[in-house]
Amino acid sequence: MNSTLAILAVLDGISYAALVFLVSVGLSLIFGVLRVVNVAHGSLYAFGAYLAATFSIKVAPLSPWLTYPALLAASVVIGVVCGGFIERFLLRPLYGRDDVLQLLITFAAFMIMDNLQRLIWGVQPIFAAEPLKLLPNVTVFGVNYTSYQVILLPGVALMTLFGLRYFLRHTLAGAVIMAVTEDREASTSIGIDARRVYFVTFIIGASLAALGGALASPTTSLVPGMGADMIVLSFAVAATAGLGQIEGTALTALMIGLTRAFVIYLQPEFEVLVPYLLMVLVLLVRPYGLFGATQVRKI
Amino acid sequence: MTRRIKPITTAAVIFFLVSAVAPLFVSSWATLFALILAKGIVVLGIVLLLQAGQVSFGHAMFFAIGAYTSAFWGKYIGGGDILLYLVLGGISSTVFGLIVGLFVVRYREIFFGMLNLAFSMVLWSLLEKMFPYTNGADGIRVARPGLLGFVFTPETFQYVILYVSLLIAAAAFYGVQRYLESPLGHMLRAIKSNETRLEYLGMSARRVLLIGYVISAFLGGIGGTLVAIIQQIATPEFGFWTKSGEFVFIAILGGGAHAFGAFAGAAMFEWVRFYAAAHLADSWQLILGVVLIVIILYAPNGLIGLRQRYRQSGKRGR
Repeated sequence: MNSTLAILAVLDGISYAALVFLVSVGLSLIFGVLRVVNVAHGSLYAFGAYLAATFSIKVAPLSPWLTYPALLAASVVIGVVCGGFIERFLLRPLYGRDDVLQLLITFAAFMIMDNLQRLIWGVQPIFAAEPLKLLPNVTVFGVNYTSYQVILLPGVALMTLFGLRYFLRHTLAGAVIMAVTEDREASTSIGIDARRVYFVTFIIGASLAALGGALASPTTSLVPGMGADMIVLSFAVAATAGLGQIEGTALTALMIGLTRAFVIYLQPEFEVLVPYLLMVLVLLVRPYGLFGATQVRKI
Repeated sequence: MTRRIKPITTAAVIFFLVSAVAPLFVSSWATLFALILAKGIVVLGIVLLLQAGQVSFGHAMFFAIGAYTSAFWGKYIGGGDILLYLVLGGISSTVFGLIVGLFVVRYREIFFGMLNLAFSMVLWSLLEKMFPYTNGADGIRVARPGLLGFVFTPETFQYVILYVSLLIAAAAFYGVQRYLESPLGHMLRAIKSNETRLEYLGMSARRVLLIGYVISAFLGGIGGTLVAIIQQIATPEFGFWTKSGEFVFIAILGGGAHAFGAFAGAAMFEWVRFYAAAHLADSWQLILGVVLIVIILYAPNGLIGLRQRYRQSGKRGR
């Protein structure tokens, strides 16, 4: 492997990690606060991608620069409408009930959304590369790469990382979310509306998944099944990091992104295997994840 | 207790009789019922683990192992017999169940589910990407096997496999029933209700769960072998996480409290899929999703819980 290929692999890895991070951190946030594994998370990612593509194909003739706000708008719409619906009407009646049921109802949401996606957008691949083509290419150590992938995507991911950190640790709304996560009963007793906290958190997490999808849409063709692939991948990242760990998720996403990129150049057939193998190895040794501190119930 | 279970056992007997007789009148039902029974066997394994309060979101791995055992035998050794396939599928899934089980029974709840998922995804990516051996996403065709040296035409074969599935399903149902009523089965339930107390009684919760896990892996492998023979193909999708989700779905749909829930759920699931796919080609998944939501929100004990709830509604509400 020569140095050009190595740099190419690093750049691939970083841009991939940025997308995976956005989706995984949403999943992790939802689990951290609501204690629910959102199986429909991958579908929110796919819906975000499809809606973003639809929007940007619509606005591109007016001005190609409008595609950027279109991507953002798509992710907010999906996050608020789909995410809000799932939390309000599916999860809310189940709080305090069996965990299996909460998991399974998001699985039902996944099935429905997967089907709707086929009905709405069909099964033919959709391309909407406008935002990717708009930005110039950059040269990194002699390797030519799109600035969308090496600057914009990691930039958004870093902004999300620091934004979330700031929001959760330095704002009142964040403090309220942390309080409910820490002790729901105590926080309810001092007048915090835990339901609203759950609702808002779920929408934030869902929007992050949709944002990941929206930002991914210019770089890849949209096909049925992308949601099902993304949910296990993001779950692998979130679980390897330790569910609920925000910074850990970023590091793990980077680690998995880079490993995967190198494996693609060296041994392409093992590409899909990498994240899951890492997940098995890490979970066997540290079931609470690399960065998780929660004690596992082990008797 | 016995008074509550008896009507369900009657329902189970009626169900098995119907699946034996009904396909004689409508030949397209032979494959449908064979699939229901085969899937019911897999879900029986999920129900078993639900007794211990554990949900495996990776059980499709044993399903795929069973299916691929027959596929590999057909591809590399050739010739084959239903009985041989079942024995091999049973052995390979039991061995894998034991190996994976040794790791996963150390954990509970979300960690148990997560590790299962991780293992199953490793298997899935191997099946998908080891193209030279597994044909990748296309899967491996499983040629129609004979039974004890007899060779069948496709028309007779669908009945042969139906009755083989029926026999195994009935045996598995009876076996699981007996197991759950045995001291070992009660210990399995105790993991859900109070694991600490189980340990204080001097039992090893891990070993109890491991036994349950291996049995459930075995059932998954047998079900997978049957489905591979019925559909005459094994694809990586058999081991994908959505398949695992489907099995848990069927278990909850039928009702995780009783072994018959597995078959009640499988019957409902495959019926909806069979008819929805025929009439509304593109939206069977949508319909099943809505059915699942309705069941979870309004009948969390599943189909078999409906009757119980109806009877108890006078006594206490919930």
